Amino acid sequence: MPLTDQLRDDILASVPSLRAFAISLSGNGDRADDLVQETLLRAIANIDSFQPGSNLPAWLFTILRNLFRSDYRKRRREVEDAEGNYAKTLKTQPSQNAHLEFEEFRTALDKLPQDQREALILVGASGFSYEDAAAICGCAVGTIKSRVNRARSKLSALLYVEGAEDFGPDETVRAVIGGNGG
Amino acid sequence: MKEAKKQGGLNAEIQSRIGHQLRAMYDDVVRQGVPDRFAELIRKLDGPEAAAAQIDETAKNDGRD
Repeated sequence: MPLTDQLRDDILASVPSLRAFAISLSGNGDRADDLVQETLLRAIANIDSFQPGSNLPAWLFTILRNLFRSDYRKRRREVEDAEGNYAKTLKTQPSQNAHLEFEEFRTALDKLPQDQREALILVGASGFSYEDAAAICGCAVGTIKSRVNRARSKLSALLYVEGAEDFGPDETVRAVIGGNGG
Repeated sequence: MKEAKKQGGLNAEIQSRIGHQLRAMYDDVVRQGVPDRFAELIRKLDGPEAAAAQIDETAKNDGRD
């Protein structure tokens, strides 16, 4: 469809969540904003292929996700060096303890396999349905559900049970209970 | 049975904590709103051709290094 004023407004309204998605995926504020910029350019360049009445945020997220994945393969090492950069994008500096907890969470999130991280963010933070998340990632709904479940159990192992990364959910819980004394 | 219930409760608590942390991280960025550079970008692009031209230009610049 043509680039109407309404469509411009709708695209603009998606920018805050596109940035949040990009930063959650990449962990790097500067690179995230480059990703958002390229997403917006590509969306407008291909606006003719957008179906009026279909889900605009899901369309934009799909573009950003595909850009990130092609970019990610090229720059894997840079991403790994960028740990901790996200904190600089925060407007208000969190208190020391909250900051530490935040860094731990960010580090754990970055340890998830790419497929699991994006599924968890789309469903758990962006608020997409499993169906929309599956469309964005180009996979089956059941695949998204299992990625989200694996992401959650791996995060709980990383954050709440030290050295328990390879445990399944049941062992994880047992280890948490057993670890209370130490 | 009592033990299983206790384990399920603990797991649910951890999961709710993870969900909260994930949304806190995400929503912090959402609350920053739309940076000026993106508002300007969308305002100044006339249409698909202008966007395509800027993509080409960016690709050229990226190719320099």
